[in-house]
Amino acid sequence: MTTTERTHTGKKGKDQSPKQPSTVQKPRRIQRSPGWRILVTAALAVAAVYFLFPVYWLTIAATKSTSSLFGSSGLTLDHPQLLTNLVNVVTYNGGIFGRWTLNSVLYSGVGAVVATICSLAAGYCLAKFTFRGREVWFNIILAGVMIPGTALALPLFLLMSQVGLVNTYWSVLLPSLVSPFGVYLGRIYAQAAVPDSLLEASRLDGAGEFRIFFTLVLRLMMPAAVTIFLFQFIGIWNNFFLPLVMLSDQSLYPITLGLVQWQSVSDRHPELYQLAIGGAFLSVIPIMIAIVSLQRFWKAGLTEGSVKG
Amino acid sequence: MTTTRSRHRLAITGLLGPFIVLFTLAMVLPLVYAIYESVTGIQRSGAFGQGGSSPVFVGLDNYITALGASAFVASLGRVLLFAVVQVPVMIILATALALLLDAASAWGVRFFRSAYFLPYGVPGVIASILWGFLYTPGLSPLVNFGSALGLDLDFLGGGSILWSIANIVTWQYAGYNMLVIVAQLKSIDADLFEAASIDGANAWQVITRIKLPLIRPAIVLTTVFTIIGTIQLFAEPLVLKPLSSAITSSFTPNLSAYNEAFANNNYNLAAAESVLLALVACAFSFGFLKLVTRGGSPS
Repeated sequence: MTTTERTHTGKKGKDQSPKQPSTVQKPRRIQRSPGWRILVTAALAVAAVYFLFPVYWLTIAATKSTSSLFGSSGLTLDHPQLLTNLVNVVTYNGGIFGRWTLNSVLYSGVGAVVATICSLAAGYCLAKFTFRGREVWFNIILAGVMIPGTALALPLFLLMSQVGLVNTYWSVLLPSLVSPFGVYLGRIYAQAAVPDSLLEASRLDGAGEFRIFFTLVLRLMMPAAVTIFLFQFIGIWNNFFLPLVMLSDQSLYPITLGLVQWQSVSDRHPELYQLAIGGAFLSVIPIMIAIVSLQRFWKAGLTEGSVKG
Repeated sequence: MTTTRSRHRLAITGLLGPFIVLFTLAMVLPLVYAIYESVTGIQRSGAFGQGGSSPVFVGLDNYITALGASAFVASLGRVLLFAVVQVPVMIILATALALLLDAASAWGVRFFRSAYFLPYGVPGVIASILWGFLYTPGLSPLVNFGSALGLDLDFLGGGSILWSIANIVTWQYAGYNMLVIVAQLKSIDADLFEAASIDGANAWQVITRIKLPLIRPAIVLTTVFTIIGTIQLFAEPLVLKPLSSAITSSFTPNLSAYNEAFANNNYNLAAAESVLLALVACAFSFGFLKLVTRGGSPS
């Protein structure tokens, strides 16, 4: 028992009895010298400056008037007027920015929820039911992960225009409902997290297959569900090519398309510089907060995806 | 028994069916349609095409046209050059950051991890708008800082624009790739490190002999996704186009296909270019997978 105890505390890297050899005490801490520690932290800090600098610049720039945007240093505040700027963004052109935000939330939210449920159902089915052609289906779906999304946008546009769906919500929403990567994650997760005995017991109790899926399996697969939802949500939120190809009506635009439109004409209308910056600030900050606060879910799912993949 | 079997079949249809229907509509059908479009041309009848137009089978004509256009071939070469530089830079940076964070000998690991991952939440076009401002002379503190040091920084010129775009892509996705690698590092059995330290392995040996071999799957996965992503390059050059005269309307294959379809209304040629791009992406990702599995671990 002493051995296991020592290993246990050793893993935590805590010092205890000084008589023990130091290698056994702190096996994870191989680099211990303070010089090394400072060096590693400094390297990490330099990288952090690189990743955070544009965000810092955006925050500072969002507080400036159009004239001081060009007339003052980009690194320091100059007569900050963040509120005025943000009010301008929100009220410009009859509040079109709010409309874009709602559209983005609609595309990403609805798309991600439906994609998650469909992927989980398909993944669970491929993991727990045996039927002819199962592996063929799985491989076809896996190949879908490899297809570049932008190569599909043009033919999708042509198909949608033949059925009169171009320039509607459906034209962006329908392709967003599919997540082959979600099926892959779902299958791996179902194999590990849904015990056959539980399914058999529910069947003996007389529960229908769909009730089993919606009440029991979905709950067991919740961590995978959260990960698939987050990936799909961010994927749709960041998507640009598809809405660019599909939409011509400004009131259907997601934020990305709207802001690019502001930015692309800002050389002729300098006031749009500030609107594009303010809009970027408004759209990026909530997503960043969400990303950081939901980080543990990203980790949980990524391990499933990469380790067994 | 028939009831059980029909119940079984009903369950499979109900569970797998919705996904298959959506998958067919949104991925299989467009792919088939793109291939169909790419081997057809428009034949106009009557003088000046007044008699209407009808599609005709033209074989590989569109592909020959696409590969005969020097601008399109140049754009393919450009994204391949981009990928050859971008993919290793991205993967080495992501792996290095993951290993540094995992060394656990630094302060503020949680903070750093969040800081690196943050840009993943910034849409590609917004990241491009942001960096676009940081590249614009007169707006950018970077250009100002450079000129204060006597450096004439030109981020938007013909020689540097591709690497300015590479910087945007690295900024956005390095943290995400890092997180995938960190997740796998965390799954390594701690006993291995213990054994290594008892055997007297130093930090470098632990990295090269234990960590790197064991995070191979994560590195392979992120490399494949990076290859597919970089070959699709579109949003970044499109957003930077008004700022830089070096970006032409066929700067990347995707940009070329987009302009072919919407500026020139030549959907057949655009489809051929899209299919070629998908083939290149598949060839490179499968080629890479083949390469790493052949020289893979001896097990």
